[in-house]
Amino acid sequence: MSSTTQPACGCGCSGEASIFTPEELQAALASGDEAALDAALTEKLALLRREDVSRPTIFIGTGTCGLGAGAAKTLAAARAWCDEKQVDCDIVEVGCIGLCSAEPIMDVQLPGRARVSFTKVTGKQAPDLLASVFDGVIPTEAVLGQFESRAQQQAWDAVPALKEHPFFAQQTRFVLAQCGEIDPSSMDEYIAHGGYRTAARVLRDLPPPDICDAVEKSGLRGRGGGGFPTGRKWKFALGAEGDQKYLICNADEGDPGAFMDRAVIEGAPHRLVEGMIIAAYAIGASKAYVYIRAEYPLAIERLRTAFAQARAAGLLGDNILGTGFHLDIVLKMGAGAFVCGEETALIHSVEGKRGMPRPRPPFPAVKGAFGKPTVINNVETLANVPPVLAMGPDAFAAMGTENSKGTKVFALSGKVARTGLVEVAMGTTVRDIIFDIGGGIPNGKQFKAVQMGGPSGGCIPEEHLDIEVDYDSLKTVGAIMGSGGMVVMDEETCMVDVAKFFMDFIQRESCGKCIPCREGTRRMLEILHRITRGYRNETETATLERFQGIMYMERLAKVIKDTSLCGLGQTAPNPVLSTLRWFRDEYETHIYERRCPAGVCQELRYFTIDQEKCIGCTLCAKRCPTEAIIGESKQAHYIIVDKCIGCGSCAAVCPKDAVLLREFDDEFEATA
Amino acid sequence: MATVVEASAATDLTAIFARYPDAGRDALIPLLQEIQDTFGYLSLDTIRQVGAHLKLPVSKIYGVATFYNQFRFLALGKYHVQVCRGTACHVKGSAGVLDDIKQMLKIGPGETTSDGLFSLEVVACIGACGLAPVIKVNDEFHADMTTSKLERVFKALKKEAESNE
Repeated sequence: MSSTTQPACGCGCSGEASIFTPEELQAALASGDEAALDAALTEKLALLRREDVSRPTIFIGTGTCGLGAGAAKTLAAARAWCDEKQVDCDIVEVGCIGLCSAEPIMDVQLPGRARVSFTKVTGKQAPDLLASVFDGVIPTEAVLGQFESRAQQQAWDAVPALKEHPFFAQQTRFVLAQCGEIDPSSMDEYIAHGGYRTAARVLRDLPPPDICDAVEKSGLRGRGGGGFPTGRKWKFALGAEGDQKYLICNADEGDPGAFMDRAVIEGAPHRLVEGMIIAAYAIGASKAYVYIRAEYPLAIERLRTAFAQARAAGLLGDNILGTGFHLDIVLKMGAGAFVCGEETALIHSVEGKRGMPRPRPPFPAVKGAFGKPTVINNVETLANVPPVLAMGPDAFAAMGTENSKGTKVFALSGKVARTGLVEVAMGTTVRDIIFDIGGGIPNGKQFKAVQMGGPSGGCIPEEHLDIEVDYDSLKTVGAIMGSGGMVVMDEETCMVDVAKFFMDFIQRESCGKCIPCREGTRRMLEILHRITRGYRNETETATLERFQGIMYMERLAKVIKDTSLCGLGQTAPNPVLSTLRWFRDEYETHIYERRCPAGVCQELRYFTIDQEKCIGCTLCAKRCPTEAIIGESKQAHYIIVDKCIGCGSCAAVCPKDAVLLREFDDEFEATA
Repeated sequence: MATVVEASAATDLTAIFARYPDAGRDALIPLLQEIQDTFGYLSLDTIRQVGAHLKLPVSKIYGVATFYNQFRFLALGKYHVQVCRGTACHVKGSAGVLDDIKQMLKIGPGETTSDGLFSLEVVACIGACGLAPVIKVNDEFHADMTTSKLERVFKALKKEAESNE
């Protein structure tokens, strides 16, 4: 019987109960050396770590990416297979291992053997794959790699190590260490992997000022974008006077193109809880909030479970672990406003108001939520805290560059072969991330740029790809570390269109409080619209306006930067300035030659039908929204240039790829 | 996704209010979220009741509710189609996906089809960037969308809706 109803391993994976007795929990958390624990407990811990399994265990990645790729069907198929074959095995749902493009990922661990990971296991393939693996044959075409074999395990022959997979080989998995490996809904598994021990030790032995010192010394900087030293922020709040202080974890990952925080919470929620316990203790807060996007239902559910488990084990609530420290964590769901990533706006939202920023000072560390000292830290920052204190500040500071310590998680997406979550040590070059880890650009296309830092960030062109990932060095090329979005663009991406995309986003998300941001971003968007508009029937005034806008664009950008109230406005022109800096020629081609080199800007492109290739299937004529395509059935079709709006829907449906973008010369003649 | 319940003249919110006794201003957003989860949208009537419960003027509540993208003031269709317009999806052609959907359903973002089946919404990012371009229908993700994939998805949904009738 498979374990569909019972908690898989008896460890309380799907429930809140722990397999540890309260005494055992205390002993496990208190011990620095596991060998000193009694045998029964050591055995339990080893079992939870799955050093060896008594029954075959199937792991399925059911994070949001996995589910998007069809992991739910794989899970159902695996369960059905186990039931049908009467196989006694455990099925564990794990978080995301990071390689989104290989989802759904399924791992199998047989007793006495190393755990093997398989890629793109759809519901249809799962039964055959399981049958083969249970017979001891690893199908090589689907294999991703095997985990490192532990003492009692025998490695598989001729199966590559997962660690050596090009996607993982250059990564330093620090924050993501447990994501995709452990069951995120089991607190016991987290404890068996060393979890909550740091919190227990810190609460027992280290006074708050020492924790702040240690974190400051480690060089840990905020991972949400700003890069402010975390230890120093904590010190401000610790030193501030107030009967009540608050800790807020910012999980409102609003940057379109970033999903690190979601993956950390989905993959290892207890890691965040532990980080929050330590941070709250360090600043003297007894109440904490997690402000999380409502768009992340799975992460919310995982956090709720984690809170309930931690509370049941006495790790949250009153008198935590008998130390006299109290902490309550409240989950607040963000209601969808990008500006709430700004600290003061976020505080207003927590208080139930419109999420609009206010001028600083007073800084939140002095006067924050409900007028009390408040520290706001990002998810990744807090997830860094337990290992930083466990390994000691010096060991942590040894990782990374001079001014940026540790690692950074990036969400690698866009036109790159392997998309997913990548964690690298600071100082790794952007080229290594895109071409070695990400596997370069697919379909033989040419790399154009990588966008870092979302709407507040900028693009890095080919010639600067050897830049190291570091808070300060990225700024020199006009990009920022940001929260970690990394969107790769190839020759088919139009940089003017990208700038327009970000400006459109920003002007919609501008809260409207200060004029430079509210009006300025809208004017900028209008200028960009004019650049990408077609010129058929353009009046002379419109032409004048177009050129005037372009002339003033850089000045407008500077005014918005200098005079906006908050970070959103001050960084709003960055996508335009950065594309203008590196891809000025593309802007000029749009303006002077009236064409879009990448063939993206709709009004600047014209299509033609290859008379040789067209088979007259009439699909394009049916699809055309402006009836610009004429031709008899089974005869070659034509496009009437004056009617064509360049939407490209004909090209999308053509079965013979006969619809082509017109070359510039034809286009010029057609419009002249 | 909660099913949409037709809110009658006076929607009974006592069960929800009971979970927020003596609530202050900071309970406003969670309250509105819970109401929207239960009833699908915020009606004028529910907002008035929230005002009475929290002792806040209706204007203030509208001020907050209209500020955030999440809140809706009209009922949703049976299938809530969310099109991700994040950066990664944009680079991979989500603008085309949105155009296709608009053409197929003949509605724009924020609208519902006349048969009450589909509502179209544009969202900033659903955090599944590795699978771009993505759309989400109710709670189900559809990855790597193309015109032909979209046609299949909507065909299947329409069929499902017909067979349920």
